[in-house]
Amino acid sequence: MVAGMQGAPVGPILEMKGIVKRFGGVTVLKGVDFVVRSAEVHALMGENGAGKSTLMKILGGVYPPSAGTLHYQGRLFQPADPRTVLRAGIALIHQEISLVPHLTVAENLLLGDEPRNRLGLIDRAAMRKRARVLLSRLDDRIDPLARVQSLSIAEQQVVEIARALRHDARVLVMDEPTAALTEREAIRLFALIEQVRSQGTALIYITHRMAEIERLADRVTVLRDGEVAGTLDRPQLDRNRIISLMVGRPLFDHPDRTTSRQRGPQVLGTQALSDKKGRVNGVSLDVHAGEIVGLAGLMGAGRSEFARMVAGIDPVGGGSVEVEGVRVSFRTPLAAIRAGVAYLPEDRKTQGLFLQLGADDNIAVNLAGPTSTGGVLRTAELRSHAQRAVDAFSIRLAGLSQPSRLLSGGNQQKLLFARSLSLKPRLLILDEPTRGVDIGAKQEIYRKIEGIAAEGVALLVISSELPELLALCDRIAVLHEGRLMGVLDRRQATLTQEQIMALATGHALPPS
Amino acid sequence: MTSVSTPQNRPRVPVRQLLKSLGILPMLLGVILLFALLTPKFLTADNGINVARQASINLVLAAGMTFVILTRGIDLAAGSVLGVSAVISVMLSLTPVWSVGAVPLSLAVGALLGAGTGAVVAYAGLPPFIVTLGTYTALRGAAYLLADGKTVINNDLSFAWIGNDYLGPVPWLVVIAGLVVICSGFLLRKTVLGLHIYAVGGNPEAARLTGINVGRTLVLVYALSGLFSALGGVMSASRLYSANGQLGTGYELDAIAAVILGGTSFAGGVGGITGTLYGALVIAVLNNGLTLMNVSYFWQLVVKGLVIVLAVAIDRLRSRHAAD
Repeated sequence: MVAGMQGAPVGPILEMKGIVKRFGGVTVLKGVDFVVRSAEVHALMGENGAGKSTLMKILGGVYPPSAGTLHYQGRLFQPADPRTVLRAGIALIHQEISLVPHLTVAENLLLGDEPRNRLGLIDRAAMRKRARVLLSRLDDRIDPLARVQSLSIAEQQVVEIARALRHDARVLVMDEPTAALTEREAIRLFALIEQVRSQGTALIYITHRMAEIERLADRVTVLRDGEVAGTLDRPQLDRNRIISLMVGRPLFDHPDRTTSRQRGPQVLGTQALSDKKGRVNGVSLDVHAGEIVGLAGLMGAGRSEFARMVAGIDPVGGGSVEVEGVRVSFRTPLAAIRAGVAYLPEDRKTQGLFLQLGADDNIAVNLAGPTSTGGVLRTAELRSHAQRAVDAFSIRLAGLSQPSRLLSGGNQQKLLFARSLSLKPRLLILDEPTRGVDIGAKQEIYRKIEGIAAEGVALLVISSELPELLALCDRIAVLHEGRLMGVLDRRQATLTQEQIMALATGHALPPS
Repeated sequence: MTSVSTPQNRPRVPVRQLLKSLGILPMLLGVILLFALLTPKFLTADNGINVARQASINLVLAAGMTFVILTRGIDLAAGSVLGVSAVISVMLSLTPVWSVGAVPLSLAVGALLGAGTGAVVAYAGLPPFIVTLGTYTALRGAAYLLADGKTVINNDLSFAWIGNDYLGPVPWLVVIAGLVVICSGFLLRKTVLGLHIYAVGGNPEAARLTGINVGRTLVLVYALSGLFSALGGVMSASRLYSANGQLGTGYELDAIAAVILGGTSFAGGVGGITGTLYGALVIAVLNNGLTLMNVSYFWQLVVKGLVIVLAVAIDRLRSRHAAD
């Protein structure tokens, strides 16, 4: 395939046809057609959960498609495992750098393919030489003998690209490569990408940033809910068109709210809140009793990071938090809970539930203190409380002690919900409350959320599903790269997905 | 419809779950049956008491170890704490002023040593294996230093009854071990601390987010392990009327073996004291039965080691089937 180096061929190098992927009962990809040509930068866009990474994992041989075919270089191609895919010339560069930090650049570049001398030992001189040749195409200022951990993130990316090119990669997948880069480093990366493209390699470029699309992309394919919403060629590339492709129809019939609720006194107020890692920058937001405020933004926008600071989980870097008019600085989640702030984590399995324990114990964990005498649990009381919570949320289970890992996703989520309500919070933060939950359970959760608001609890709901936010929220705050881009208020205007998506991709609203 | 896999839906599950809840018990009964058939000396009332007495000190240590392993930790220092507190208890019993307080004081020392270990694990964030490897070594040295490298003897030991007297037909050692098991079971099943131990071990991040004081839980858990190790030290010293720096060497490994045999998972959050009881009895029965059959000590070690690995392998296979 060295012939491809001269005179870039125009035909498709990669064709994915009718790709379907099911996980259990959930269909994540519903027949995706995706065609990549040589020597193009093909941007892949879509909301969180649209199916981008699943599609790329199928290409990378991480898991097989449930249906559909791949053609690579004109031949049927079955990606068996990541190793053979790489050998075939398809290289994936993940968001997390996958180099071995303690080894040198040269060792990393030639990992698994080390030159050997006659004794079968590693030939260091040959290794250095080959490493130098590989790097010279990209950035000859990187020392092959430097340890990878001493390099900047940008330099590590160059090493990753060099390693991919070592395998004569004809297709290079980059997943949000600029996420951890400074402006200057990003510009260098773009030059590098253009150079790789000019050598005939196809790049699949995943990003949320519109500016990068405008700068780099020859074509854009937008995924939505596991389907291709559209593919745009360079002349058609336009921010508004991309946004309208990304924005989905409501997943089910839950009408947008049209009225706003009675607002009580302010419960949460943050002033220029920032974290220590630069993921949240100066966010000022208030939430009132009886109000549901949505927090929208794309992956990495800093939504969970903001919530975790408010809930006392991560330390505050700057700015202040007020709860019910009192300035607070929670050092532990326990302190936040005592002040009436409850947080339902994004990942119920790793951060929320005790999967080996039953519903009774999962709920009792929060009530153990007050429902005990001298440290001894009042078991009967706890069980009846748990039973009431299970009934109130209609959690379907075989018995109160049935390990919660055996429950369905929706029931697990309702269990978590019941637990955090047992604390009688005045501010409840819900992080992706319906992720991985079936539609029936979703509706029940929505009704619960609305019921809680009616009781005068202040709610902050983080969600990647725009229809969900539009169905529930009185106001929607939109974050982009750690900054608050705007707060959309239902009392002032009808809210649309397009508005949210425009803010979430880093554009100010057009003056209305 | 939301799918909930209920035991009722699958008739075969209760049998499996019953098997799973029995844990190592079938194996214990099997080993007992085996020795009963192999040697007539095994299944007698006297020998039964013998086995229970041999199991008692390991069982006390293993009870403490159960708490620690439930929180994903390990306490390698259990045997060393046993040595330190055994020496302290005998030394105190030799002084006219302190002899009355010999037992409570040495128990307090054990609990404090454990609490200190727990504080380092909880608040310095160091891995329990490394912290207790350190205290394992340092406290062993301390035990030798306290005893000045000799054996401290008190032929008129005030608490000799613990190791040598009987409550009715039952040795006090066995009564104490039984009480420890009952208290531990109560603590794990019926108290706030017990619930928090399972929560911290099962999902430390979720435990923190739900407002459990994870640090305090860990400190208490290691303090309990220290307390029980010290109790083991008092039991050993009283049985021997003496103590030296070497006492308890390697006991932590038998305690860990009992916990693991009993089905408590190194991954944390799963297991309990009943399993540990069976595990400690399996070890004691093996030691006793093989000795009765005149199998050499060296072969006993080989058999014990193989049984541990085999038992855990069987347990894994079984729980994998049950999970399907």
